[in-house]
Amino acid sequence: MTEIFGVPTQALFGQLLIGLINGSFYALLSLGLAVIFGLLNIINFTHGAQYMMGAFIAYILASKAGLGYWWSLLIVPPVVGATGIVIERFMLQRLYKLDHLYGLLLTFGLALIIQGLFRNEYGTSGLPYSMPAELSGGHNLGFMFLPNYRAWVIAASLVVCLGTWFVIERTKLGSYLRAATENPALVQAFGINVPRMITLTYGFGVALAAFAGVMAAPIYQVSPQMGADLIIVVFAVVVIGGMGSILGSILTGFGLGIVEGLTKVFYPEASNTVIFVIMAVVLMIRPAGLFGAQK
Amino acid sequence: MAAFFLVAPLVVYPVFLMKAMCFALFACAFNLLIGFGGLLSFGHAMFLGTAGYAAAHAAKVWGWPPEIAILFATACAALLGLVTGLIAIRRQGIYFAMTTLALSQMIYFYYLQAPFTHGEDGIQAVPRGRLLGVLDLGSNLAMYATVFVIFMAGFALVYRTVHSPFGQVLKAIRENEQRALSLGYDVSRYKLLAFLLSATLAGLAGATKSIVFQLASLTDVHWSMSGEVVLMTLLGGLGTVFGPVVGALIIVTMENYLAQLGAWVSISQGIIFVICVLTFRRGVVGEIGHGLKKPL
Repeated sequence: MTEIFGVPTQALFGQLLIGLINGSFYALLSLGLAVIFGLLNIINFTHGAQYMMGAFIAYILASKAGLGYWWSLLIVPPVVGATGIVIERFMLQRLYKLDHLYGLLLTFGLALIIQGLFRNEYGTSGLPYSMPAELSGGHNLGFMFLPNYRAWVIAASLVVCLGTWFVIERTKLGSYLRAATENPALVQAFGINVPRMITLTYGFGVALAAFAGVMAAPIYQVSPQMGADLIIVVFAVVVIGGMGSILGSILTGFGLGIVEGLTKVFYPEASNTVIFVIMAVVLMIRPAGLFGAQK
Repeated sequence: MAAFFLVAPLVVYPVFLMKAMCFALFACAFNLLIGFGGLLSFGHAMFLGTAGYAAAHAAKVWGWPPEIAILFATACAALLGLVTGLIAIRRQGIYFAMTTLALSQMIYFYYLQAPFTHGEDGIQAVPRGRLLGVLDLGSNLAMYATVFVIFMAGFALVYRTVHSPFGQVLKAIRENEQRALSLGYDVSRYKLLAFLLSATLAGLAGATKSIVFQLASLTDVHWSMSGEVVLMTLLGGLGTVFGPVVGALIIVTMENYLAQLGAWVSISQGIIFVICVLTFRRGVVGEIGHGLKKPL
């Protein structure tokens, strides 16, 4: 077995793979957060709970309705996105004229409610979700063993992230969104329905979280707690990448996943905290984040 | 308020009241930062927990008397407040909240692994000791009197700070930072001082709590504890003097009576959050003060 830096290649690339997967979830979730924050200026604390809802609805679809993974990928994001639209329409809209911190507090409260309800119903231990048959198994690449599903996760999240980036940065709809971020009153004066765009954007961000949840279901156990601790790491990712930058959150998500994976190989005790340490360092050197615009 | 806490132990279980007072002090410290400084810190649990662990360790492993342990722990929390404040102050508003949250998580994960905290078990059987070598704190009455004095001292400090020139400058910074800056005030220094003071008092609350309950555990550093103190202050009334005390009392009582219902505690806390943010923004004391047309 060959070794790099005293670590066997199997272990190194295995952890790098795990790091890339964690990174894809970080990227998907921080992308959703960045999109929501960019337009609504609200930190969506409920993001973790919506990620969890995505995984749970996939589980419920599988156990009660017998609908498999691919159906879940199609059905779950719009369903959870719809709940997000309801939240935005009836609760968040009232808070736009206030200090943005109230949005954070509201979504925090909603996250508590959602997590509590699911914990009440399903308990705290994880529930299993079987991997789709088409994606099980793997390939031996020589220097490592690559499970098919892991490769699918990385590929799918890359496609979704870059697709979202493309829509926001390069299309007409995206330009409306970006204009509304800067000056909503003026954009509305031009006849574009800004409140509806905001509602749909929130729904889209939530759908992204649910999509990540469905993809997470076969890998991580489906439990009510799964979003809670993940969301704080994602917050750190977003702070590092720069809150308003779409590309920043994607790159930082993947990058930090890899860094975390590497830390697990070389210095496992710090693996939980390395992202927060990086966040502290970035804040000292470049407070706007790596890709954020200096204000 | 002093009269209430002096009389209440005759009716209500003293340890419960001591818990309420510790959390009330914690909430007052937090309110100093958000109600008067306008800075939402989502990581205040790190000060509560750090001081809790420091006091427990000092009292149990080093055998220090309780007052020295509490002072030492408060100093630890102040030091942590200085370091984290220097990092967090660099951003405002929402970024500040997320930064404090992430820093608090970092501290949590450190304590999860550090050997002296014994991880999930926590530091148990912390001796209450003899206050000043004279007063045996094993008796609940003596402990209650001590906690009462500490709480009143902390509350008085918050009250004096708020009604002082320093407090006025803080309010000015909260209302319009640019204008305060243009008037020549070193805004960063004021914010850092407020953060430091808030962290120190939160540490005092945490140290006292671990001596009272003779236990320092991971729940004190978990981010849900940070969320609870936000809830207490929000429910009681942001920016009011007595609000955090009332909020802490309500939440501690609610937790006590809902504890058998398990997850419903979390759900009801969430519901209170949502209702408070949507319709009840001034909080209990704030609404009363608004009705009486007097700032409370």
